[in-house]
Amino acid sequence: MLNPIAKLNDKTLDPKSLDQKATRDGFGIGLVEAGNLDENVVALSADLKESTRVEEFSKLFPNRFIEMGVAEQNLATVASGLANYGKIPFITSYATFSPGRNWEQIRTTIALNNVPVKIIGCHAGVSVGPDGATHQALEDVAIMRVMPNMTVIVPCDMNEAKRATLAIAKSGKPAYLRLGREKTAVFTTDETQFEIGKSEIMFGDLADADIGIVACGTLVHNAILAANELAGEGINAVVLNMATIKPIDREGLVDLAKSAGAIVTCEEHQIAGGLGGAVAEVLAEEHPVPIEFIGVRDQFGQSGTMAELFNHYKLDVESIKNAVRDALKRK
Amino acid sequence: MLSDSQIKDLELKAVAIRESIIEMLVAAGSGHTAGPLGMTDIFTAMYFHILNHDPKNPDWTERDRLILSNGHIVPVRYATMAHAGYFPVPELLTLRKFGSRLQGHPEREKLPGLENTSGPLGSGLSQASGMALGLRMDGRKNHIFCCMSDGELDEGNSWEAIMFAGNNRLNNLTAIIDRNNIQIDGTTETIMPLEPLADKWRAFNWHVIEIDGHNFNEIVDAVNLAKTIVEKPTVIIAHTIPGKGIKEIEFDYRWHGAPPGAGPEDVWKKAEQGNEMLKELRTLQGKIEGGHLD
Repeated sequence: MLNPIAKLNDKTLDPKSLDQKATRDGFGIGLVEAGNLDENVVALSADLKESTRVEEFSKLFPNRFIEMGVAEQNLATVASGLANYGKIPFITSYATFSPGRNWEQIRTTIALNNVPVKIIGCHAGVSVGPDGATHQALEDVAIMRVMPNMTVIVPCDMNEAKRATLAIAKSGKPAYLRLGREKTAVFTTDETQFEIGKSEIMFGDLADADIGIVACGTLVHNAILAANELAGEGINAVVLNMATIKPIDREGLVDLAKSAGAIVTCEEHQIAGGLGGAVAEVLAEEHPVPIEFIGVRDQFGQSGTMAELFNHYKLDVESIKNAVRDALKRK
Repeated sequence: MLSDSQIKDLELKAVAIRESIIEMLVAAGSGHTAGPLGMTDIFTAMYFHILNHDPKNPDWTERDRLILSNGHIVPVRYATMAHAGYFPVPELLTLRKFGSRLQGHPEREKLPGLENTSGPLGSGLSQASGMALGLRMDGRKNHIFCCMSDGELDEGNSWEAIMFAGNNRLNNLTAIIDRNNIQIDGTTETIMPLEPLADKWRAFNWHVIEIDGHNFNEIVDAVNLAKTIVEKPTVIIAHTIPGKGIKEIEFDYRWHGAPPGAGPEDVWKKAEQGNEMLKELRTLQGKIEGGHLD
């Protein structure tokens, strides 16, 4: 059953009846709200203001919108200067370009320099679909997660993307927010809490957990659907939404591992360096249990629809259920 | 125009700063020699005449900001800051050592007054542009200076920044290029030719001034002129001599990345290099008797 404390949409287990919206849309709404709350919030675009959903902000606050052209290295470094002076810059592009192309600039002038630039990586994951491997960021969480001073957040739906945007606007620290292009189910509500560094149980009960599923981003909803179907088989799965990959919620994760005794991680990203790697690092150190990983295994993406690619890379509900069964055998 | 006594004061400061640079590099056992010596006159003019700043209050909101893009010449910045009163001069000898605030390449959070973190090349002018834009958004009058090297103009990020600042007419931004014609592997014009450099910047909507980077009047006049140019940013191409002040190493690209004690042995054995360089500075290249020879 859904965890009532998470205050999810009542129809969460019935995907066809849920609104479908992209996490980038939640960012666009959150950015406008952050702009209304703090006049130091500025937005920079690398020639992608419509598709990264900065357009509304640029119309409402034309003097706080900066068009950089197709220049992601300059995007990061100009933002560094703005933040160093006292602004709160949000820099937006596709994740393969930013933080992909401009990684060293982010490392030196934002993370080591420790200035509060907010890096918004859109079109992440294979779900961007037909564009193919060049535009499907599957390494962005890894390259941001290894950077000291950097916060890394992967929101699970449009509402959480909005809340995360507002949270990082106020954090005073460098942050990376990973967003998707495609519309996905909106299953959290305005009452669902979001706090940087805090995971939340969305399905199941720790008291009778057989398996813990730790998920982020687009795969949280799939994990909930899988857990619901597994309940029919008599398997009690607890789904933990690990929206903040860094700093990771060690306490929430270890509690789950202790209760469940086995873990499955789910992400639309390389397992190496991604959520799977992050979870394995914590549990290996604090409470080793069997772990199965749902995610991309050292491969690039390719063209296709989101559904086709989710099936191909085994990110779908059936694959999560199979991973749970595999993990249970290892308990 | 500076008065004769002002020039004399700046020259004496510059000699003391060059001595500190050599002493720091000898103590550190590593670091760059040619660039810091070549930019000493400009940094001296900056901290002792041009910048609106307060060494006792490095975060003063009204201060001008000096961004250093080519972080490897930071010994000249540390030495000048110490002589200007930001921190005690003896601390200079901690350069590059464990626990020091004087990291091998500058880190903003380590030492108050540094303004930015740099080392990897080509990102300083962008940071300076972002600061200049932020200040302009808020209607503030502070001026931003960005010291950068000629070699780092090989970097694409440099030209992205040049295009951006020109497009946004950042008239509160002045770039100063250390045009010493050398980089690690050789001369700029053999590695990756930059000329016609002034024309390139003009084409990107910058006002260009070329100066002798060792002439204090030209340095100060160029900055004063730059502040009067309202329709675009200004770049001062400062022609400098790498290794300036120690004639045996002037113009020699092999001293770009070597400290005294590890440089080429054409003139002095490695073990003698530090003392010989100090002797040369303290006697103004043999023109006077050194007042404080070891």
